[in-house]
Amino acid sequence: MWATTLLLAIREIRRHLLRSFLTILGIVIGVWAVVTMVTLGNGATQAVKTQISSLGANVLQIRPGQGFGRGGGGPQPPDFKIEDLDAIREQIVGVTAVAPQVQSTGAAVYNAANWSTTINGTNREYFIAQPWTITEGRIFSEAEEQAGKAVCVIGNTVNSRLFRGVDAVGQRFRIKNISCEVIGTLAAKGQGGFGNDQDDVVIMPYKAVQRRMTGNRDVRAILVSVDEAYDSQKVQSALKELLRERRHLTAEAEDDFNIFDTKQISDTLSGTTQILTALLGAVAAVSLLVGGIGIMNIMLVSVTERTREIGIRLAIGAVGKEVLMQFLVEAVVLSSLGGLMGLVLALLSTLALAPVLKVPFIFDPQINLLAFFFSAAIGVVFGYFPAKRAASLNPIEALRHE
Amino acid sequence: MPNEPGASDALIQLRGVTKTFGEGATAFQALKGVDLDIARGDFVAVMGPSGSGKSTTMNILGCLDVPTSGQFRFKGHAVETLDRDQRALLRRRYLGFVFQGFNLLARTTALENVELPLVYRGEDKAKRHELGMAALDKVGLADWWDHTPAELSGGQQQRVAIARAIVTHPDVLLADEPTGNLDSARSIEIMELLTDLNRNSGITVLMVTHEPDMAAFARTIIHFKDGLVERIDQGSGDRAGAGATA
Repeated sequence: MWATTLLLAIREIRRHLLRSFLTILGIVIGVWAVVTMVTLGNGATQAVKTQISSLGANVLQIRPGQGFGRGGGGPQPPDFKIEDLDAIREQIVGVTAVAPQVQSTGAAVYNAANWSTTINGTNREYFIAQPWTITEGRIFSEAEEQAGKAVCVIGNTVNSRLFRGVDAVGQRFRIKNISCEVIGTLAAKGQGGFGNDQDDVVIMPYKAVQRRMTGNRDVRAILVSVDEAYDSQKVQSALKELLRERRHLTAEAEDDFNIFDTKQISDTLSGTTQILTALLGAVAAVSLLVGGIGIMNIMLVSVTERTREIGIRLAIGAVGKEVLMQFLVEAVVLSSLGGLMGLVLALLSTLALAPVLKVPFIFDPQINLLAFFFSAAIGVVFGYFPAKRAASLNPIEALRHE
Repeated sequence: MPNEPGASDALIQLRGVTKTFGEGATAFQALKGVDLDIARGDFVAVMGPSGSGKSTTMNILGCLDVPTSGQFRFKGHAVETLDRDQRALLRRRYLGFVFQGFNLLARTTALENVELPLVYRGEDKAKRHELGMAALDKVGLADWWDHTPAELSGGQQQRVAIARAIVTHPDVLLADEPTGNLDSARSIEIMELLTDLNRNSGITVLMVTHEPDMAAFARTIIHFKDGLVERIDQGSGDRAGAGATA
């Protein structure tokens, strides 16, 4: 009986192909929209998380000034000193690495190749705080760091632009008019969380940069890596207190530096994308509801149109439940079909859109199953009323229906 | 004769059956107390002007409707006490219907139309095919099994409808003006088919008709007037057969 009912439903749908397709269009678009939104949203959340984690997990960045910039008018807050780093190392508990960032920009020249890049002066602890992979060579030694030797570890972009396939390690090139020996190369990290190229960098001992490029002993930023076992918030407030003291800020004065917590930013950003995903998914779900009403509408028309057929079936001896099941199964088959088509479309469009939007494609079986069962459930809910109406028709009147 | 004659063997028994449509001032009494016995194996034609109650009687006999009062015994079942679904099961097991307008499912082949009652009996595909083809063969349309109603003539459509009605080997075939939409040559073919089914397959035939020519094929002719049985005549079908008594 079940197989027959299913067969009857499919036959009826095939008999009105165009109408059936138009009927389920709402469901198709609804499922398509929901699944596409959620899949791309999940991809975006994942992308944000990976980008932020490339800044280093549990890393605090301390910069002078407030917010992201160095502030508007007024005197500029001073940079940090290398002594601040020593103080942090000595006085703050739960810190695994403290690295200075002394930044400069300049042209790097090797043979005929010329490339403008960022120079980052730091210490050995920088490679603990930041997730870099050495592809070849080594980082600078303790002695090289202390002496401020002109040795460089170069990012992937600089490597490819400058050396173009030549083995860079051991080569010397000129950067900002000093000669520098390449001692290590770094694996590509890709785009940063703010669209910057993280691989366009030359890393040198900070003393070399201070002495030979910036010409002062200032440190632009401090990276502090926090031990996972310690509360990042507590470490932050301890840091704040220490730095306020060292920068001689009065109790009323605002901080003239800011602490940028990558973990916190990561959580906030991925939280935001998750909320946006849910919101877009909810908006798309409304179209599923509209699709369900479309099915109910057409099923009601179909029942009216097939009144005579229902009369025949009832006269022949179909009981009300059988007629109800016939129409209900038809509605469910229709809406499930719409759900399936929506899933296929969603799969195709997410596969096509993910590279364009630069988010990873993550197939989420949960949302796919949910959307499918939801579409089937819509068939049950919106098919029931028309089916009930069909089942309760009076056979005599139904047979007389023109 | 496949069946024993005699009123005591009545397959169908109506006692004091009334039917009232509507309520209060607009109420219309279509049947005013009908008593009727129909024997197994009879071929009955029901005649009468419009509004005489013949269609109402047929609907009650077909278990499609219930009397307002009175008794209706069918094969010993007190049909007036059965609910909607129980009556549907009775129709499924014992009754076959043929309508004036054929009432075949459009865009559905002759065989699928004939198989329809078997679907509700829960027969499997092979059995449906076998019984369906046998029924089509009986009405002489086995070669037309894959034609849809639109591809068949009126006479052929009515024969498909008859095949659908007899595919379950019913006890009673109810035909509501089966020749009403056909020309006289086709009508006679249909009447001959019904006569054959009555005589050789032992199916009791109840037929509503306006045309005395068609009624003449029956053994018993029941005339309705004003919601009552007016008189019962013997048809030319088979004088020796069982009659109906009022």
